[in-house]
Amino acid sequence: MRNVLLVKYGEIAMRGKNRYLIENKLIWTIIKRLEKYSGYKVYKEQGRLLVVNEEGEFDYETVIPIVTKILGVVAVCPGVEFEDQSIESLRKHALAHFKEQYPDGNVSFKVVARRSDKRYPMTSNEIGADVGGYILHNMENLKVDVHNPDVTLMVELRNNAYVYSKLIKAYGGLPYGSSGKATVLLSGGIDSPVAAFLMAKRGVEIEAIYFDSPPYTSERAKQKVLDIAEKIAEYTGALKLYVVPFTDVQLKIYENTPPEKMTILLKRAMLKTAQKVAENNKSMGLVTGDSIGQVASQTMEAIRAIDSAAQMPVFRPLCAMDKQEIVDVSVKIGTYDISIRPYEDCCTVFVAKHPETKPKKSIIEAIEKKIDGLDELIDLSIENVKIYEF
Amino acid sequence: MIYFDNASTTKVNEDVMKSVIASMKSDFANPSSLHSLGFEVEKKIEKARKIIASSIKANFEEIFFTSGGTEANNTAILGVASAYKKRGNKVITTVIEHPSVSDSFNELEKRGFEVIRLKVDEKGYIDLKELESSIDESTILVSIMYVNNEFGSIQEIEKIYKIIKNKNKDCIFHTDCVQAFCKHKINSNFADIITLSGHKIQALKGVGAMYIKKGIRVNNLHFGGGQEKGFRPGTENTFGIISMGVACQKFMDKIDENYNKVLEVKKALLKITEEIEGVFVNGDVEFGSPYILNLSFENVKGEVLLHALENEEIYVATGSACSSRAKERKKIVDYLVDGRGANNIRFSFSYENCVDEAEKVVNALKKAVPMLRRFVPR
Repeated sequence: MRNVLLVKYGEIAMRGKNRYLIENKLIWTIIKRLEKYSGYKVYKEQGRLLVVNEEGEFDYETVIPIVTKILGVVAVCPGVEFEDQSIESLRKHALAHFKEQYPDGNVSFKVVARRSDKRYPMTSNEIGADVGGYILHNMENLKVDVHNPDVTLMVELRNNAYVYSKLIKAYGGLPYGSSGKATVLLSGGIDSPVAAFLMAKRGVEIEAIYFDSPPYTSERAKQKVLDIAEKIAEYTGALKLYVVPFTDVQLKIYENTPPEKMTILLKRAMLKTAQKVAENNKSMGLVTGDSIGQVASQTMEAIRAIDSAAQMPVFRPLCAMDKQEIVDVSVKIGTYDISIRPYEDCCTVFVAKHPETKPKKSIIEAIEKKIDGLDELIDLSIENVKIYEF
Repeated sequence: MIYFDNASTTKVNEDVMKSVIASMKSDFANPSSLHSLGFEVEKKIEKARKIIASSIKANFEEIFFTSGGTEANNTAILGVASAYKKRGNKVITTVIEHPSVSDSFNELEKRGFEVIRLKVDEKGYIDLKELESSIDESTILVSIMYVNNEFGSIQEIEKIYKIIKNKNKDCIFHTDCVQAFCKHKINSNFADIITLSGHKIQALKGVGAMYIKKGIRVNNLHFGGGQEKGFRPGTENTFGIISMGVACQKFMDKIDENYNKVLEVKKALLKITEEIEGVFVNGDVEFGSPYILNLSFENVKGEVLLHALENEEIYVATGSACSSRAKERKKIVDYLVDGRGANNIRFSFSYENCVDEAEKVVNALKKAVPMLRRFVPR
C-alpha cells in the first residue's frame, strides 16, 4: 500500500488521436513542476494520472498546491493505492483511510464503488454497501446518508485498487501549450492578467507585451507588471514578457490627434506593435483584457475601430464578463493584490477627459494615415524592446 | 547622482558607519544584562542620550528612545490624550502635520475627542490669534510641527508655547521636530514633548527619540521588560541609538556652517523661477527652512517631472514620501494654495550638496519642463 495523488483531467479524454499527445504533455508538466522534490513519478491509470513518491513520504501539503495550479487538471484526490482487490482488503483499507481522515467520526457518509473489471464477483453497489456496512460497524458516531453525505468515500478497482474521500478542485481547461500560441497585451490593471490566465487555461501558450512610458509611468508601475507576469508563470510554468518603450509613439499620436480620439489611436498603435512582436514569436493571435462597455474605448464601436489595426485574430476572453466576475477570477489566481497597487499604469496625461464612445472607424483610419513617421517609431520601439523571462 | 531628497531620508554618514561597525563587533551584549559586558553597552547608550539631550538644551533624563519619528509622534499624542482625558476632551493640531501626527488625531477623533485642525496661510503659517482663541479650559493637548516637512515653513514655537501656557497652563504642547533636529536650533524650554528622528541626520533608520519634560505624564503604548524606565520597553536598538548620538554630535558641531551652505544651494536652485515661466514657490521663500524648497510647475504633473529628473540621475520628491502611498489624502501643499499639490516637487538638501549640483538641476529643469509642457492633460 502507498499514498498517491489521483489527478483527474477533463476534456482531454474526448480528443481522439491527439489524446496521447495531450496526456503526455500534462504528465511532463507535472513531472517538471515536481522536479525539485525528490522521488515523485507520474503514471497513467485508465483515464487518470497517478502521482506517487517512490523514494519517501508523500508530502501532500507541498504537492497539492503545485498540481492544482497546473492547467488541464480538473481535480486531485489524495488517497491510497493497493494491489489486493479482495473484499477483505477493500474493507481494511477503506476503514483505515476513514479512521485516519475522520478520527472522531461525527460525519454522515456513503461509500461509492467503481470497478473497471466487470468480472469482479460483486457489483459496484454491492461493494459499496459491504464496505460501508463494515466501516459503520467499526467506528462510533457515524451516520449513513446516501443523498447528501458529508463524506463520499470512493473505492475504485482499476489495475490496482484505490480508496480516497477528498476531491480538491483545480482549474480544469486544457494542458498549457496544447492549443498554439498567442501574445497578450498586459497592463498593470485587473483585467489583462485574467485574460492571459483564461487563454492559458484553454491550452494556449502565451507571451506577454507591456508598453512602458517613462517618465509618464514609473519604475514601480513596471514592477507591477513584472510581478503579475511572475504570478501568471506559476500557472504556465514560464512566461516571456516583452517591455516596449512606448513614450515616443504616444507623444507622436498626442501631437497629431484630437484629444477625444487619442485613446483609440493609441490602442491601435499598441495592437500594431503587439502584432509585429507576435509575428516574430510565431503567435497566432493577440489577446486583450477588453470587456464590452467597461470604458469609452471598450464600446462595440471602439473595438471595431481599434480592431482593424491588426491583421491577426484579437481574442478578448473577458468581453462578456462583468467587472465583478473578472475581479473574482483575479482574486482566485492571485493577481488582484498586485493589480490594485496604487501606481498608475497608463499615465492620465494621455487619457482625455471626455473620450469619444462611438468613434467612426473610417475617420480614425484617416487620422492615423496622416500621422507621419508613426510606423517608423513603432519599429524603433520594437528594436529597443527588453525581454524578461519568468 | 544628485540627491535632493534629504527630507525623506539621508545617506548614512561615514563616521557614523565606522562607529556602528565598531560597535557591532564589540557591543553585542544586552544593555539590561547585569554583567559588565551589558554595562559597557548601557554606558554608550547613555552617552548618546546626553548628546541628544544637550542638542535641544534638555536634561538627559528627559530623553526616551523610540523606533523613530512615527512612534514618537503616535506615543506623544495618544499617550497624552489617555493620561489627561479626565481634564478635558479638546485637542488642537494643524492641517499641515506629517501623517504620523494627523492620523493620530484622526484616531483620537474616533475615540470621541474634539479635534481642532488649524488652517495655514499661503506661506504655511498658522494664525496665532486663531490658536489663542481655540484654547480653552478643556484643551489638553496642542501639537504643532516646528519645520514643515513638505515646504519648510517654520512655526514660531516660542510664541506658540507662551500663548498656550498663558491661556491654559495645564495644556500640553507637543512639537514634531523631525525636520528641525540638528538643522535648526531647538530649545526644549519651549515645548513639553518633542519628537526627533535619527535617519534624517545621517544616522541609521529605525531609531528616534522623544523629549518629555519632567513632570509631564505620557501613557506608554508598549509593555514589557522595563527599558527606558518602563516607558518604551523592548531591548534597546543599541546600534541605532549609538548612530544617532554620533550623527547628532557631528551635525551640532557644524550647525551654522551647514545652515549657510544649504542656504546657498537653495538660492542657486531658486534661480529656476527666473529661468522659466509658471514656477511657484510653495511656502515662505524668505524665511522658510533653507533645507527645503518646494516648487509647483504649472501644467506639469509632479510625479512625471520626478521621473523625468530621475532619468538625469536627479532624485527629488513629490510631497512627502510618507504620503505618496496614500492616494486619497489631500496633498498638504493644497492647504497653502489649492491646486498646487498636483504639480509640486520638493527639493531637500544636505550639507553635502553644493551649488554646482543646484545649477545642474536648474539646467535639467530647463530642459525637462518645457518638454513635458508640450503634453498636458486635455
